[in-house]
Amino acid sequence: MIEAINQILNGLQLGLVYALIALGYTMVYGIIRLINFAHGDVFMVGAFVAFLSTVDWHLPFWVAVPLSMLVCAVLGVTIERLAYRPLRYAARIAALISAIGVSLLIEYGGSLKFVFGPNYRVVPQPFSIVQWNFAGISVSNIQLIVLVTVVILLAGLQYLVTRTRIGKAMRAVSFDHDAARLMGINVDAIISYTFALGSALAAAGGVLYSTAYPQINPFMGIMPGLKAFTAAVLGGIGNIPGAMLGALIMGQVDVLSAAYISSQLRDAIAFTILILVLLVKPSGLLGKSGPEKV
Amino acid sequence: MNAKKFTTGLPLVLLLAALVFIVRELLGVTEILNYYWQLILDQSLIITTAAIGLSIIYGFAGQFSLGHAAFFGLGAYTAGLISKLLGHGNYAVFLLSLLAGAAVAGAVAFLIGLPILRLRSDYLGIATMGFGIIVKVLMDNSNKWIPATGGATGMTGVPQIAKFPVIFVVFLLAVLLFRNLRLSSFGRAWMAVREDEIAADAMGVDTTRTKTLAFVIGCALAGVAGALYAHRYPIVHPSSFDFLKSFDFLIIVVLGGLGSMSGTIATGISWVFLLEILRAVLGQNFLDFRGVIYALTLILVIILRPKGLLSGMEWQALIPREVPESGPSGSPSASPSAKGETPNVSA
Amino acid sequence: MRIPRIVAVVAIAVLLPAVVLSGCAGAKDKTTLRVGLITPLTGDVKTFGESTKNGFLLAMEQAGVTLDKGGKIGNVPVKLFIQDDRNDVTEGVNVATKLINENKVQAIIGSVTSKVTIPITKVTNDAKVIQITSTATNPKVTVEDGKRKPYAFRACFIDPFQGTVGAKFALDNLHAKTAAILYDQSNDYTIGLSNYFKDAFEKGGGKVLKMAAYATNDTDFSAVLTDIAKLKPDILYLPDYYQKVSLIGKQARARGIKAIFMGGDGWDSSELDFKVMDGGYFTNHYSPDDPRPIVQDFIKAYKAKYNAVPDALATLAYDATNMLISAVKQTQSNDVEKLREALSTMTFHAVSGDIKNDADGNPIKAAAILQIKDGKQVFVASVNP
Repeated sequence: MIEAINQILNGLQLGLVYALIALGYTMVYGIIRLINFAHGDVFMVGAFVAFLSTVDWHLPFWVAVPLSMLVCAVLGVTIERLAYRPLRYAARIAALISAIGVSLLIEYGGSLKFVFGPNYRVVPQPFSIVQWNFAGISVSNIQLIVLVTVVILLAGLQYLVTRTRIGKAMRAVSFDHDAARLMGINVDAIISYTFALGSALAAAGGVLYSTAYPQINPFMGIMPGLKAFTAAVLGGIGNIPGAMLGALIMGQVDVLSAAYISSQLRDAIAFTILILVLLVKPSGLLGKSGPEKV
Repeated sequence: MNAKKFTTGLPLVLLLAALVFIVRELLGVTEILNYYWQLILDQSLIITTAAIGLSIIYGFAGQFSLGHAAFFGLGAYTAGLISKLLGHGNYAVFLLSLLAGAAVAGAVAFLIGLPILRLRSDYLGIATMGFGIIVKVLMDNSNKWIPATGGATGMTGVPQIAKFPVIFVVFLLAVLLFRNLRLSSFGRAWMAVREDEIAADAMGVDTTRTKTLAFVIGCALAGVAGALYAHRYPIVHPSSFDFLKSFDFLIIVVLGGLGSMSGTIATGISWVFLLEILRAVLGQNFLDFRGVIYALTLILVIILRPKGLLSGMEWQALIPREVPESGPSGSPSASPSAKGETPNVSA
Repeated sequence: MRIPRIVAVVAIAVLLPAVVLSGCAGAKDKTTLRVGLITPLTGDVKTFGESTKNGFLLAMEQAGVTLDKGGKIGNVPVKLFIQDDRNDVTEGVNVATKLINENKVQAIIGSVTSKVTIPITKVTNDAKVIQITSTATNPKVTVEDGKRKPYAFRACFIDPFQGTVGAKFALDNLHAKTAAILYDQSNDYTIGLSNYFKDAFEKGGGKVLKMAAYATNDTDFSAVLTDIAKLKPDILYLPDYYQKVSLIGKQARARGIKAIFMGGDGWDSSELDFKVMDGGYFTNHYSPDDPRPIVQDFIKAYKAKYNAVPDALATLAYDATNMLISAVKQTQSNDVEKLREALSTMTFHAVSGDIKNDADGNPIKAAAILQIKDGKQVFVASVNP
């Protein structure tokens, strides 16, 4: 029983990090109906920028994190401008293929020797691990930091989307581009803004992830990216609370299947869930299914 | 319906094939083409055979599959196991294993295709990619159920008896199969589904059957290619069948031209050779730059020429124009049977 | 016109390589010994690769052969080639095939890890090319399915010995009664070492409470470590390479696991996380504190050239290369069969200990036990077979 609680806490930590990535997927999909394949790699870039800032450029941690979020926001906007905007009103698959291309570009470009290099880098701990034990339930300060950070970011995002003008504009654009344009909303700018926001969150996710699992390499974003995407679909793609819910569930599934079924089959289980969701309820847990227009 | 078109141009194709075969054998015997480049040529034919499969699925029927490498792997493992455990180098068993590889890949494609093919294009891509990952995980753990597969450390011990003749013949058969399907009513049905599925449905095309057929045939081709691969390469390792490998096939089909058979074939063969020449030129840095080149190629092609380089172009001997008939059932001579079109799945 | 274009494309695709190749056909020199080095210069174990390359080049230089200009051993001209396998199986097989067929090597030193070396031995044995691995310790390198691979040799001890040494040390010196083991399911090295450790540990009266596998790319071990924390073993055996071990060790401590870490020669790297692994023990091939003159001379020469103390990887590469050089000096030929004969029968005085091969082509050598303490490797004991 105690052990189960510990496993659930493990799943919570993982799920919270997935949430940060899943939010980016869901927001971008909501606004331009694109599965941004390259999002997992933005997460990787965030982790690397934070790593390079602290290790190579000797910046303090509290500077490195906002810096990496800023860099990734710029990266996200650039990707959108160069690789997705030309294809915005073309066939959906074309944009998806472009996204695949961007993802590969960031991964292999990142592994070039003069960029990040293909090797694994060990991330130094910004603070020492403290571990508390309450009657067999073990909690570490890393888990607490992840929890607090994600909750703050999430609250901020929710406020932004529901209470500000720009949030309203984002919701309008995700509803209908042309109608939003007619209302005087600069659709291009809002889309760029969405990308910036999603990428910044992914960067934060990257930093937190590398704190908990301190080994980074240019291909580290692939699996977490795919699992976070599964989470977004599970919760209802295009739906922000859905992404959060889906991520928490995926975190639990990932850890519990590793603990109680088989650690080697955890990836297979995660993707079986993806396929089942797509087949049974593609709109996800919190999404609404709309009719497909001919 | 004009049966003559099936035989038009065929003699030229077969003649060219025979020429290529003779030239290659001569080059091999005289050692101008050394063992390493023979290996590369064989690999390019194998990859192209599998790419033809994806061309059928995506280029012609418009079904965006990102799990093609999984079927390639299924064929490799099936055929490899049969040869390793039962065949011990027996050539007849090897040929049977090729059929088995195709059959298993096709059967799995059928089973997974039934539920999955109803999904919309981008979701289909993700679902097939997820399927590919599941298959890879199963390959990694396969030694728990069949120790001979070697699991995550790879399978060795498959008799290396696939040589250029059989590989070339299989490749040729794949091309001819592709060609004949393309010219038949199946081909027309595929292209109708690709252009607008709902309209095709309204016109009486059995879209489910059409899509499933394309998927099964395409994956079976990947399976037979994988079977050949297992008998040509000393180790069958799960990491060769991950979803990054599926992107290889995707790049060949997209780059070559969606809806162009000749484009797929030409690109498939050239692609492998180009990579090897790149490896020779770039040396140590090759692996890193190869990935970047892949990626840039894909992005530039899809933005600048989304139909692919050779789309719309076909080698006339392979795909002759529709010969006009007299009578009401004949189509006018300007019918675009030789053109391919981009997939235009509705948003 | 359409037809010529397609035909032209295909024709070029097939003929171009042929043209390129006839230019590359190079001199077919019959007396030169061409030696290839396959090592993971990039990838997850790059320090292994760098050390191996250093040891290889140092040995060759001392024999009068450099990478740029080649040289002569006795009166046999020698040319060197180096390839990076990235610690990846497919890449390893590819570069081995390339070295054998393009560069026409007669001998290969490499690779470093069992996972890559074992598939390469298939290629080298079929092609009748000598292969000497410096550090691949899994038995399957030289013997598989009961059959000796005649062209495969090594300079190091093998894992049945290494695992047993580790287990015995845990039982006798650390007085451990229970252990847990974590290994990589796709790596013959970790699989083998775990099994040998487990067998010896249990035979000596200990109990292995949990033996679990993970996938190579896993980064989150929280689930299985939480399990292990509950069992409270005395020893946590982590026989993987330094990168993975550091990652697992950190998460283990975060889950409250207080067990002593133990491992094998995969730990030997300057990039191991010394802080996290402090107090841990590992079995290795040599220690720089060994007072024998042959060891100290080597350390001096290595320091002079590379400004660093050699690790076991460099030392064994040096030894493996010298095995080959010694065989060449003895036979004065580049003939593969003669070299093979010489390697099978020689007794070689290596830096890491005397190498005499048993019937399976495996050297009978001593092992060293080192401890990670205060940011350094500290020599604890030497164990003879």
